[in-house]
Amino acid sequence: MPRLLPYLLLLPATAFLCVFFLYPFVLVAMESVTREGSYSLDNFQRMVSHWKFGTAMRNTLLLAAVVVPVQLALSLAMASVVTKLSTGRSTLLYIFAIPLGISDLAAGLIWLAIFEQTGFLNSALYGLGVIEQPVLFLSYQNPMVIFAAIALAEIWRATAIMMVILVAGMGLIPKEYGEAAEVFGATAWQRFRKVTLPMLKPSLQTALILRVILAFEVFAVVIALGGTNFPVLMEETFQWQFTLQDRGVAAAYAMVILGISVAFTILILRLLHVPKGARV
Amino acid sequence: MAEIRIKNVAKQFGAFTALHSVDMTIRDREFMVLLGASGCGKTTLLRIIAGLETPSQGEVWIGDRRVDKLPPRERGIAMVFQNYAVFPHLTVFENIAFGLRMAKLPQSEVDRRVKRTAELMHIEQLLKRYSGQLSGGQRQRVAVARALAMEPDVILMDEPLSNLDALLRLEMRAELKGVLAESKTTTIYVTHDQVEAMSLADRISVMNGGYIVQSADPVEVYRNPAARFVGSFIGNPPMNFLPATRAGTNQWTVAGRVVPGPNAPRDRIEFAIRPEDMRLGEDGIPATVRVVEPLGAHTLVTTDVDGSMLRALVDSDLSVAPGDHLSLVPQPDRVRWFDPETMEAVR
Amino acid sequence: MTTATDTVSVTRDEVRSASKWLFVAGVVMLCIWVLLPIYFLMINALSSPEEVTSFPKRMFPSFDLASVTFFFKFQGVLRALWNSVQVASLTMILAIGLGAPAGYALSRFDFRGKEAFRFLVIMTRAFPLPLLALPLAIMFIRTGLDDTILGLALVHATLALPFAVLITFSLFSGIPVELEEAAWTLGCTRIQAFYKVILPLALPGIAASAVFAFVISWNEVFAAAVLTIQNRTLTAFLLQSLDVSPLPLKFAGGAMLVLPALIFIFAVRKYLFAMWGIANR
Repeated sequence: MPRLLPYLLLLPATAFLCVFFLYPFVLVAMESVTREGSYSLDNFQRMVSHWKFGTAMRNTLLLAAVVVPVQLALSLAMASVVTKLSTGRSTLLYIFAIPLGISDLAAGLIWLAIFEQTGFLNSALYGLGVIEQPVLFLSYQNPMVIFAAIALAEIWRATAIMMVILVAGMGLIPKEYGEAAEVFGATAWQRFRKVTLPMLKPSLQTALILRVILAFEVFAVVIALGGTNFPVLMEETFQWQFTLQDRGVAAAYAMVILGISVAFTILILRLLHVPKGARV
Repeated sequence: MAEIRIKNVAKQFGAFTALHSVDMTIRDREFMVLLGASGCGKTTLLRIIAGLETPSQGEVWIGDRRVDKLPPRERGIAMVFQNYAVFPHLTVFENIAFGLRMAKLPQSEVDRRVKRTAELMHIEQLLKRYSGQLSGGQRQRVAVARALAMEPDVILMDEPLSNLDALLRLEMRAELKGVLAESKTTTIYVTHDQVEAMSLADRISVMNGGYIVQSADPVEVYRNPAARFVGSFIGNPPMNFLPATRAGTNQWTVAGRVVPGPNAPRDRIEFAIRPEDMRLGEDGIPATVRVVEPLGAHTLVTTDVDGSMLRALVDSDLSVAPGDHLSLVPQPDRVRWFDPETMEAVR
Repeated sequence: MTTATDTVSVTRDEVRSASKWLFVAGVVMLCIWVLLPIYFLMINALSSPEEVTSFPKRMFPSFDLASVTFFFKFQGVLRALWNSVQVASLTMILAIGLGAPAGYALSRFDFRGKEAFRFLVIMTRAFPLPLLALPLAIMFIRTGLDDTILGLALVHATLALPFAVLITFSLFSGIPVELEEAAWTLGCTRIQAFYKVILPLALPGIAASAVFAFVISWNEVFAAAVLTIQNRTLTAFLLQSLDVSPLPLKFAGGAMLVLPALIFIFAVRKYLFAMWGIANR
């Protein structure tokens, strides 16, 4: 009985993940290579030949390329500040962590309040005398502004998750290492580069993987701020599934998102590989 | 009657054998100490007796019941853990009462027993506190009180003093000895501290590499180690060993001197002597002093004898310096001999 | 000589106070960066619809509840809100009910297949889980779970379950095994020891991870939008009506989404570290 107990306890969760995680992914993979009951790559052909595919792919990757490095730097800064602080630490951590609980849709709406035509950015610029009358920032004529707004909203919303992971990771690094480095004459910046960063690798790994995958899933922020003027992969998936009622192509899109997610996960694991004996 | 009999008990963790076939009997009301370095299998053996670990083979008997298939709660044991395991969400009172409540004793009996054991362990003023408000020593007392309140047939203790600081450990050691002697409970006590073992035990079982090397009363273990390991593990500093070669029937050459010894069927054996069992005198073992460490009552002298290390405790009045040549005379009745192949004592 | 040291020490003090000032300024900037956008949303939510669409904006809310009232009276809002609460509660129950036993097993036992299970859980992180909604939509139509609260909760539970497993794993790992063993030697069965010792100690943490599961579901947009038509959750409802709904409705809705999140993150703030510290393992 005691030998069976762990399996008994794991059974519900395992069964659940098999039915609602593994099996659906097999289904969607099959769907993507099936057209009218037979195997074909027709779905992928349709997807690629549609004019929005290239744009959606480019937008998604570009957004991730801009957002993730900024978030990495910002979250490292926030985590360092929180770790360094002795008083007010938990208050600050709470403030920094607030966006963690905010949905991407809400984040999109929050930044809409700033960027819309009667919004706070226009009001501020008007108040400062920079503009005579409100500018229509979020129009298809200003793709760069839409991109910037989406990027800002994403940076604002999803830095918190990296920050909390990094704070937890920094908490695991014994203070003695930094102190030892200080005794050997390392400056604060050198300590950060040579001690903290290398020891933070496992946390950085986790944070980056989570964040990059979420970046490829960007959806509601884009719709809230850009409508259909800024196509991304997830949005196209939704459009094919719903508006165009073509599940095959939607499945093909899903496979593309899955593909780049897995590829980047493996890439990050490789780049930030930590040998087993070198962990804290 | 709570005699404990362990028959042919062994334990494997995967490919690692923590315990080779162990046989031992712990007599009713005996204070048995399992002594050994970490990883020697002493804690595994204790946990098997407690029922927290299942033996790979063998039987455990407590009194006239075979218990190795029973869960811990049905074995009539109580245990004190190394980290005390005082429940943090319960008060001291409820901690001590925990087992009694599980046994569904009436409230009056619970009160009586908690009061009695709390007084015994001098914690009656702490009964309303929580674990977080106690010092390490106080938590220790709660853990012991909780075990005693069960009035068990057997108390098992797993390094109960090792997390205390040196002074407190000394104090608790004496107190534990008194309390446990009073309670007349069969006790099995695991420690790696030889002084603790010597001072507490009726009998010590020295363990090494998953085997019980020797089971005997403390003085016997100290004076007549059954194996080279026991001599090298017990005693601070431990026993000295010097190579001996056959010089004739019952005659052995040690450091150039011929001394009488056992009749071993080998040409090379080991001569052993404790550091305190040598004195300075004529015609002794020629030794060159390397390090001198005054310890107060004695001075510990580490010397070199033909490339082997020999340590001696000499009177602290003696003035010696590194480089001095000493002649150390072993007390003949304290000399022991070991077989370097089997590592066992030769008599 | 003395003067020289004095000068040096003064400069050093100056450098130190300057860098300290810089540090404080940085902290304040970061706080503003996080809080200001939320403040803007709240101004909009707490102003009348006319004020929301007027220009230029005031920097303080007028505390006119017309927008909020408008939002709650809008066709379908209350129902969507109620759906969101139901889905999130069900997600919470599923995630903890399935995840906590697994987390306990991982923390207390060594067994064959443990690593395989951990791999399965960690693997979910490398997959864009909202996409699950696509195949499940078909599966649900076949089984009659389409457009139901339970169907959506099942998908959200897939999102929340890995977190629940990892969080409860770290919670249970933080409770010494000896406490449980002590309970066994004091007369408890395995189940009694769990209820009397482990559960009381783990309960606050389990509650925190339950809240976290609730928030995950509450915030999810994509799967909710794909899987529900009649029974929309608040996020799906807002997303669907983005094109057509007026600004005051959007902002009041956004505020309605943010508010519980603020409260929940505050409630579980103590456990944020514990929850994410283990994400590193």
